[in-house]
Amino acid sequence: MTHPIDVVVTGLGATTPLGGDVPATWAAALAGESGARPFEHDWAEQYGLPVTFAATIKVKPEEVMARPEMKRLDPSAQYAIIAAREAWADAGSPEIDDVRLGAVVSSGIGGIWTTLESWDTMKAKGARRVLPMTVPMLMPNSPSASVSLEFGAKAGAHALVSACASGAEAIGYGVDMIRSGRADVVIAGGTEATIHPMPIAAFAASRTLSLRNDDPQGASRPYDVNRDGFVIGEGAAVVILESAAHAAARGARVYGRVAGVGLSADGYHITSPEPSGDGQIRAMKSALADSGVTTTDVVHVNAHATSTVVGDLIEARSVRGALGDDSDHVALSATKSMTGHLLGGAGALETIFSILALHDRQAPPTINVDDPDPELVLDLVRDKPRSLPDGDIAAINNSFGFGGHNVALVVTSV
Amino acid sequence: MAHSEQEILAGLAEIVSEETGLPTDSVLPEKSFTDDLDIDSLSMMTIVTLAEEKFDVRIPDDEVKNLVTVGDAVSFIAGASKA
Repeated sequence: MTHPIDVVVTGLGATTPLGGDVPATWAAALAGESGARPFEHDWAEQYGLPVTFAATIKVKPEEVMARPEMKRLDPSAQYAIIAAREAWADAGSPEIDDVRLGAVVSSGIGGIWTTLESWDTMKAKGARRVLPMTVPMLMPNSPSASVSLEFGAKAGAHALVSACASGAEAIGYGVDMIRSGRADVVIAGGTEATIHPMPIAAFAASRTLSLRNDDPQGASRPYDVNRDGFVIGEGAAVVILESAAHAAARGARVYGRVAGVGLSADGYHITSPEPSGDGQIRAMKSALADSGVTTTDVVHVNAHATSTVVGDLIEARSVRGALGDDSDHVALSATKSMTGHLLGGAGALETIFSILALHDRQAPPTINVDDPDPELVLDLVRDKPRSLPDGDIAAINNSFGFGGHNVALVVTSV
Repeated sequence: MAHSEQEILAGLAEIVSEETGLPTDSVLPEKSFTDDLDIDSLSMMTIVTLAEEKFDVRIPDDEVKNLVTVGDAVSFIAGASKA
């Protein structure tokens, strides 16, 4: 351990394309299910969208949230609140001095449904019909602020924005809040709700989405030779981070430890990852150095792997670059093959998957890899979960975002 | 189009209920928006915006502070919608 304050995970919460909570989501992931499905709306017909499917949330907020509350929250904040409530209850609803409790919940894009629907209202009915809650609903810190309000978190409420790395960066910042002594407990995670035709058209315009309209469930296929882009997903994932001392004092169940945080930027291109993987390698190496974990202990990597032609292979080479020959004993999982890409929620959900993989000693599968890319230089867990060894083990969760943001988190078993 | 005070009360009760989750039959003329119905200023402005649309009236911002009770709002809207 390289830090005097050890940070552990004592609660998990999520609402995802695979399930309305963590147990349902994790069970579906271990079973190799896909959360992709055709749109409920005929957006392809209406707007000429080239893609007709997405990994939409499995349990709609209206099934678990009262209508007046929903009306005050953008869907991105609704998902965050649902995930945070599960995580908080899962942690045993800890009694804590509110000035020692933090909230760090990120979104990559923010309240875009609210932004676009308010503009629709204004165009149709004029400025006076724009509702007073519009700004607090569309602001990208709304999920963080809403979670802070819900739980009375007063140590600080933050929203770190780094596109598809946001959820992992939020957890990293939560770790820093505890290590630096600002908080004993932090509610940390990420959320996204962008399955609206405009952002989908925009992602399609950047040529990053899979267009496998005839086979939505087979569309997200990281490391398969026929991958053609990511499947847009939505949802939220939240963890309860806690100083090990605080968790021990209250006898909390501990799932695992977030032992290291590594951050870097490519400084190369606004959407393309830097081809040598230098930035990704630096993030992983600094996370390992921060954690004190040696590469021999790393048995599992939850890859960012979104199923894009270029990105997947750069990351695989970066993992080898960071771990060297020790990458031979790494079970690589690309869970976006099942969940789709939750954008700002992805890094947090995949942190939960990494923690549970170590806790349950099972690496989740990667589905749809019918024909593995011959350039893949790592051992990919395909179709079925893989057992992980006993003893002290570690995993790396990688999250990268448009803009060249690289976040690597090292998690360890307890 | 003019609305009867009864129609306005019923319509306002629906808006308040949607915003707060309170049952419509708890939105009575003598109830205070802040003290009885626990409506904050942001919610009050939402209710005003929705009421303006529903009853096709204009409720000026400096009038809102005078709308203490549900009955005050009903009377104001009734007066404004006749004009």
